[in-house]
Amino acid sequence: MSEDTQRFLDRLAEARADRAGEPTWIAARRQAGAARFEAMGFPTRRDEAWKYTDVRAIARGDFALAADADFSPASAATLTLPIDAYRLTFVDGIFSASLSQLDGLPEGVSLQPLSVALAENHEAVGGPLGRLTGVEFSPFSALNTAFMEEGAVLRLAPGTVVEKPIILQFLSRNGEAPVMSHPRVLVQAGGRSEATLVEHHVGEEGAANFTNLVAEVILERNAMLTHYKLQEAPLADLHVASIHVEQARDSRYTSFNLNLGGALVRTDLISELNGENATSDFYGLFYGEGRQHVDSHTLANHNAPRTFSNENYKGILDDRSHGVFNGKVVVKPDSQKIEGFQSNANLLLSDRAEIDAKPELEIYADDVKCTHGCTTGQLDEEAIYALRARGIDRQTARGLLTLAFAGEVLEAVGLDAIAERVELAVAGKLPERFNLAGLVETAVALGDE
Amino acid sequence: MATEEMEQLVRREYKEGFVTDIESETLPPGLDEDVIAFISNKKGEPEWMLEWRLKAYRAWLKMTPPSWAHLDFPPIDYQAISYFSAPKRPEDRPQSLDEVDPKLLETYEKLGIPLHERAALAGVAVDAVFDSVSVTTTFKEKLAEAGVIFCSISEAVQEYPELVKQYLGTVVPQTDNYFTALNSAVFTDGSFVFVPKGVTCPMELSTYFRINAENTGQFERTLIICEEGAQVSYLEGCTAPMRDENQLHAAVVELVALDDAYIKYSTVQNWYPGDEDGKGGIYNFVTKRGDCRGDRSRISWTQVETGSAITWKYPSCVLRGKDSIGEFYSVAVTGGRQQADTGTKMIHIGEGSRSSIISKGISSGRSNQSYRGLVKIGPRAKGARNFTECDSLLIGDQCGAHTFPYQEIGNSTATVEHEATTSKIGDDQLFYCQSRGISEEDAVSMIVNGFCKDVFQELPMEFAVEAEALLRVTLEGSVG
Repeated sequence: MSEDTQRFLDRLAEARADRAGEPTWIAARRQAGAARFEAMGFPTRRDEAWKYTDVRAIARGDFALAADADFSPASAATLTLPIDAYRLTFVDGIFSASLSQLDGLPEGVSLQPLSVALAENHEAVGGPLGRLTGVEFSPFSALNTAFMEEGAVLRLAPGTVVEKPIILQFLSRNGEAPVMSHPRVLVQAGGRSEATLVEHHVGEEGAANFTNLVAEVILERNAMLTHYKLQEAPLADLHVASIHVEQARDSRYTSFNLNLGGALVRTDLISELNGENATSDFYGLFYGEGRQHVDSHTLANHNAPRTFSNENYKGILDDRSHGVFNGKVVVKPDSQKIEGFQSNANLLLSDRAEIDAKPELEIYADDVKCTHGCTTGQLDEEAIYALRARGIDRQTARGLLTLAFAGEVLEAVGLDAIAERVELAVAGKLPERFNLAGLVETAVALGDE
Repeated sequence: MATEEMEQLVRREYKEGFVTDIESETLPPGLDEDVIAFISNKKGEPEWMLEWRLKAYRAWLKMTPPSWAHLDFPPIDYQAISYFSAPKRPEDRPQSLDEVDPKLLETYEKLGIPLHERAALAGVAVDAVFDSVSVTTTFKEKLAEAGVIFCSISEAVQEYPELVKQYLGTVVPQTDNYFTALNSAVFTDGSFVFVPKGVTCPMELSTYFRINAENTGQFERTLIICEEGAQVSYLEGCTAPMRDENQLHAAVVELVALDDAYIKYSTVQNWYPGDEDGKGGIYNFVTKRGDCRGDRSRISWTQVETGSAITWKYPSCVLRGKDSIGEFYSVAVTGGRQQADTGTKMIHIGEGSRSSIISKGISSGRSNQSYRGLVKIGPRAKGARNFTECDSLLIGDQCGAHTFPYQEIGNSTATVEHEATTSKIGDDQLFYCQSRGISEEDAVSMIVNGFCKDVFQELPMEFAVEAEALLRVTLEGSVG
């Protein structure tokens, strides 16, 4: 066993000391997670799933567990999304009641921190927890299971329609020493329920913490869930997440995986299409600058006939950033009448930026329509020229075209506050700094002509 | 229903299945340094060649077979294979066709390759490889006139050692992978082509492979070099007799193109695919790589793969030269329990290098097919361009089609496109044809041929005819 693995296990042993009296099934699962992590160790680039992502920055780190959830309300306010929503806030993984807002939660909706849900009725949580993302999935899921303590549990009773979005806010502090958190999210959407879930990762500048999130999402028959993941963590943060979705008949899961922050980011998004007419829509946008590393893995498992998946991921990479996209569509034997579409387009803004893309299809049935398209290129010089010929300077032209490139994904974003945040980030992060308002004005003026 | 017809064709008898009874001088199964020394000695090789082989063998011992491919087969016992088999009288080679063993000629007749006729009519020089030793080489004089060297690799080692020494193993290093190391240690034959500066090879060069003699693996080594401004088109085609034992084939092909050179390499592969239960059949682990060393050089791979129980093959191009071009056109048809994991690698190093990949896969029966490809754009490959299209056609609900394309792009001026589709023959397409009086079978044939058109038109004339015939024969099997 490597030193790195041992260091994390030592931290675990320290944390375990004050966990006496927890239900035996949790102890057993933690044990299994720890054993699995010990056996696997951190992945290396020799593992196919981690071929392009080097996690040594995490493995070599020494992360403590946060002791409290203190966070200045004023600075929290600047980070919080301006959306009228129900909100659970976690500071370095620890639940903060004062920064949360659960007033007026409609009937049929249960939104609790994991610790509270466990204390209330641990057996109700014990069944679904860990069913989708087992410890086998990856060393990080094993590690999350070993450490799991806090997170969020969202339960929607059948037929419940939640009008306001539900936000899970994860704040990262710039503390004395880097910390780690292993949030665990469980969503159970009952039949015909509808909700919008926003997972928002953000924090104080200069923070360099490690977040290792596991989310399990269960959609029952005809349930509809829109899941925004807005990851704008501080630029030195390390972020690993796996989101595992199980879909029953007629359900629809829509994911927006928007990655702007973090030094090292890896997301795994998996949907199990288990019932007829279930649909998964994956939208993604990743923006890298500096030396950011952003890795997005998606997998649509078509386990039942007449299931549908659509995917549209856009990558914009600047400076020396490194993007990774791996999209996979699997059609199981006898899953006929499948439609699976996948598209990934990447824009390289700098000569030193790199993208590694791997769109995969694995098909074991014949009556299917599956396509994937993947392109990488740069801004069209002719389009820039066309704009410049109309009196727009080069920088603005580049900005406009970059935004237009992201537009296809951003247009589908239903929450304006999130779309604006991403637009600003994408525009503001361009090497040629310019203001978005000016851009929009120009665009409007162009439209008027 | 088309599916049933296709199933029937999958069950078709292997037409090329027969065994020629020629006494072979064969080594007992097993591999050690003595075997390698025996091969080297048998081939009359110089000392450096033996050293080269032993170096590869020692490296091979430390390697493990690759397991990443989407293939399922029992482990191969490398000690159960005989590494040398040559037709009798290897020292006493025939000088003309009249001297060739009539039984051998008969074999070619059965395969529909009348050697002299073909050679005379089509103007193709045939370096026929019959179990490891080149038996006859024709049109050598005509080629010599143009300054083109076309001979077996063994001959080249003896006659042109400097050229072989200079280029052998420079495109595919010995330890590139498990099978190249094995091949480097035990290769027994293959072709050597050298086209000097400014020469366009006056005819298309062709080698017909034939695996014969039970339990022998074939380890071909082909080396083609095109100097500045030279051009050559090389055809490779193979058929094999029916067999119960799995036969291993691990060939290495190296192409070198210098400034402005153009190499076109075409393959039709129709080896025994095994019976309905996947018993027997050839295991084909091939490493093919072209090195576009010179500026504006071009290498083009075209393949039609219909045979073999297992195909593991990724003809690749290293685009080193400025404005060099790499191309890959492939049609792969699998049926029964065949498994194919094939594709290409395009490594863009030079500025302005371009590549295109067109891959068409047709899987039927219980077969599995994967396209595995890599497009890598290096930081210096300014303005590099790639277009990839890989389409799969599924016939029957028990087969599988997979694509694993890797793209590694490290240059903002590069443009890379990839598209892939997977579908079956549309009922509406069939209905459209049938409503116009075309039989279902003809309709299927038309649609499949249309699906492969982009690749077939890249084949040289002789092969295009053969490939289309191969598909047609495949479809004819479904009559009744």
